[in-house]
Amino acid sequence: MTMSVLRQQPCISSLCVIAIAAAFGAVAGAASAAPLQKVGKGEGAVDIVAWPGYIERGESDKAYDWVTGFEKKTGCKVNVKTAGTSDEMVALMNEGGFDLVTASGDASLRLVAGKRVQEVNIALIPSYGKIDPRLQKSPWHTVDGKHYGVPYQWGYNVLAYNTTVFKTPPKSWKVVFEEMTLPDGKSNKGRVQAFDGPIYIADAALYLKAVKPELGIKDPYQLNEDQYKAALELLRGQRKLVSRYWHDAMMQVDDFKNEGVVASSSWGFQVNLLQGEKKPIASVVPAEGATGWADTTMLHAAAKHPNCAYLWMEHSLNNKLQGDLAAWFGSNPSVPAACKGNALLTDTGCATNGTNEFDRISFWKTPTAKCADPKGCVPYYRWVSDYIAILGGR
Amino acid sequence: MTTAAALPREDSFLQRLSTSLYLRPRLLLLMLLGPPLLWLGVIYLGSLFALLAQSFFAVDEFSGVVVQEFSLANWTGFVTNPANGDIVLRTFLMALVVTIAAALIAFPVAYYMVRFAGIRTKAVMYLGVMLPLWSSYLVRVYSWKLILAKEGIVSWVMAQLHLTWLLDAALATPVVGGPSLSTSYIGTFLVFTYIWLPFMILPVVAALERVPGSVIEASGDLGADPGQTFRKVIFPLAFPGVVAGSIFTFSLTLGDYIIPGIIGSSTPFLGQAVYSQQGVAGNIPLAAAFTVVPIVIMGIYLTLAKRLGAFDAL
Repeated sequence: MTMSVLRQQPCISSLCVIAIAAAFGAVAGAASAAPLQKVGKGEGAVDIVAWPGYIERGESDKAYDWVTGFEKKTGCKVNVKTAGTSDEMVALMNEGGFDLVTASGDASLRLVAGKRVQEVNIALIPSYGKIDPRLQKSPWHTVDGKHYGVPYQWGYNVLAYNTTVFKTPPKSWKVVFEEMTLPDGKSNKGRVQAFDGPIYIADAALYLKAVKPELGIKDPYQLNEDQYKAALELLRGQRKLVSRYWHDAMMQVDDFKNEGVVASSSWGFQVNLLQGEKKPIASVVPAEGATGWADTTMLHAAAKHPNCAYLWMEHSLNNKLQGDLAAWFGSNPSVPAACKGNALLTDTGCATNGTNEFDRISFWKTPTAKCADPKGCVPYYRWVSDYIAILGGR
Repeated sequence: MTTAAALPREDSFLQRLSTSLYLRPRLLLLMLLGPPLLWLGVIYLGSLFALLAQSFFAVDEFSGVVVQEFSLANWTGFVTNPANGDIVLRTFLMALVVTIAAALIAFPVAYYMVRFAGIRTKAVMYLGVMLPLWSSYLVRVYSWKLILAKEGIVSWVMAQLHLTWLLDAALATPVVGGPSLSTSYIGTFLVFTYIWLPFMILPVVAALERVPGSVIEASGDLGADPGQTFRKVIFPLAFPGVVAGSIFTFSLTLGDYIIPGIIGSSTPFLGQAVYSQQGVAGNIPLAAAFTVVPIVIMGIYLTLAKRLGAFDAL
């Protein structure tokens, strides 16, 4: 893990031109109905929308390069457009002009519903069988038995805390949700943070699932009206405790250092960075479990370079790439074999990144109106506007 | 002799062109003004109207795809959600308070620069006002985050002066207070005022410089004391400058989305709402509806400013 994970790829002018040209091209190209049956010769390029740090070509750190070899082998030049949020990824895919996207679970189903991605023929991806069986048919990329992508990496949100305040790790998310006296004798008011994104409502639901069993929450992403209302109520109370919501990882690091923040939902990235600076910060997955993300490489419905895209999807599953990426990003490989024998990740790397926590993680998916509850659930667009309202103190 | 024959013909073409343009001044005017007018019309107004048109589309609730059909759903949704009203009101009040504060600080500074400072001091003061504009806006905002942080410079200085109680009292103020300066409205306000101050000082200086010395002397000769001269002569003459400056500070605060994102308690402002609806959620219709609000507010504001003579002071 290094700082460069967050470094944004500059929009190199030639790349921009390609992206713009492709965007216009996509309008003309009709969506292909049936998945590819045979991988032919590469088209010379592949355009990917990815999280920053997800596709490295050795420019940030020479040791981390899983692009150059692919380009040499297949002749497909890899063009990356980074996106900072799931919503941005959906917006970019809606605009078109890209072949692949590394979509998180809260974006993937929206892309499927919007017909922006196409079914992937996994018979053309020999390594698919190597994927962790728990991820092979995950509901955030498999709809009606059809596969809409290839699992890439996964990780989760941790509870970061200050070790001088908490001598023992906090056991519950309560420390960030409800007003209470912390072990140092002072209130948590103004000393905790929460994530600045509507998907955070699921974190509240996950906590309520454990502490208010009478609500009957089964899945924090499928909330009926009553459960949703309870989650919003909890978040309104939290608004009074939170001094600032975080969305920029570096700003959160700064707030842990200078703003007196002692507990917050966070990523391993910030914790590693703070520990690297010898700050008294550690992380834990509390008793209620945690929310997490599992990303899938998905294929655009109007992909201009399907052959190169399939070649990349196969390439994305090789052990070396999966292990290197896990070491770089602090995430977990979707291919378990990648955990062993990787020089950058080391054999303890997967355990450090939390591979064993898999069963305690509720993975992001897009909340939809249609769900297991016969009365229906609250869809995502309401999460968005309600979360903005909560941030505004309403 | 073909070349000799061709030359006079070419000359005569230019001559004819020149003559015909001379005889048709309107055509000449059209040719000169056409390209810039097209630029203004197509690029500027065109994009503005494209934006307005977007606000009458709606977004498919699940997939986030913009449905390009006329519908009022976006507008009814925008108006009926009270959280949107909060955002508009919050931003408007912040812009208003920042503008008033900037005017209160800028006027004495500008007055000193124009009426008391020597040539040298004046040059130094001009430089002092302009210098911050030469450094990166982001660097200045991030520095303010550190200055105002709970464990930052301001709290340290206050502690050294045994004035922590004063800071705590300010932060305990309901609504505008918070756990620390950098996470409260007070902090957002301070940074806004700092960042936009030069845009207020410069027009006020320009306006004050145009107040003739003879008028002030005449006021004294007629028996007005300095206070009266200021109230009855100098201030009314310089006021259009204040209004001109307020156009900048007001509209800049109205649209900014970076300062409230870095300094403050994460309560959304207009610019942030537009940014997150357009750039993050891909909900361009709602973003467009949000964008109409500052356009309307500024339209009203500029009409008022024109009445007050602000455009003569620019």
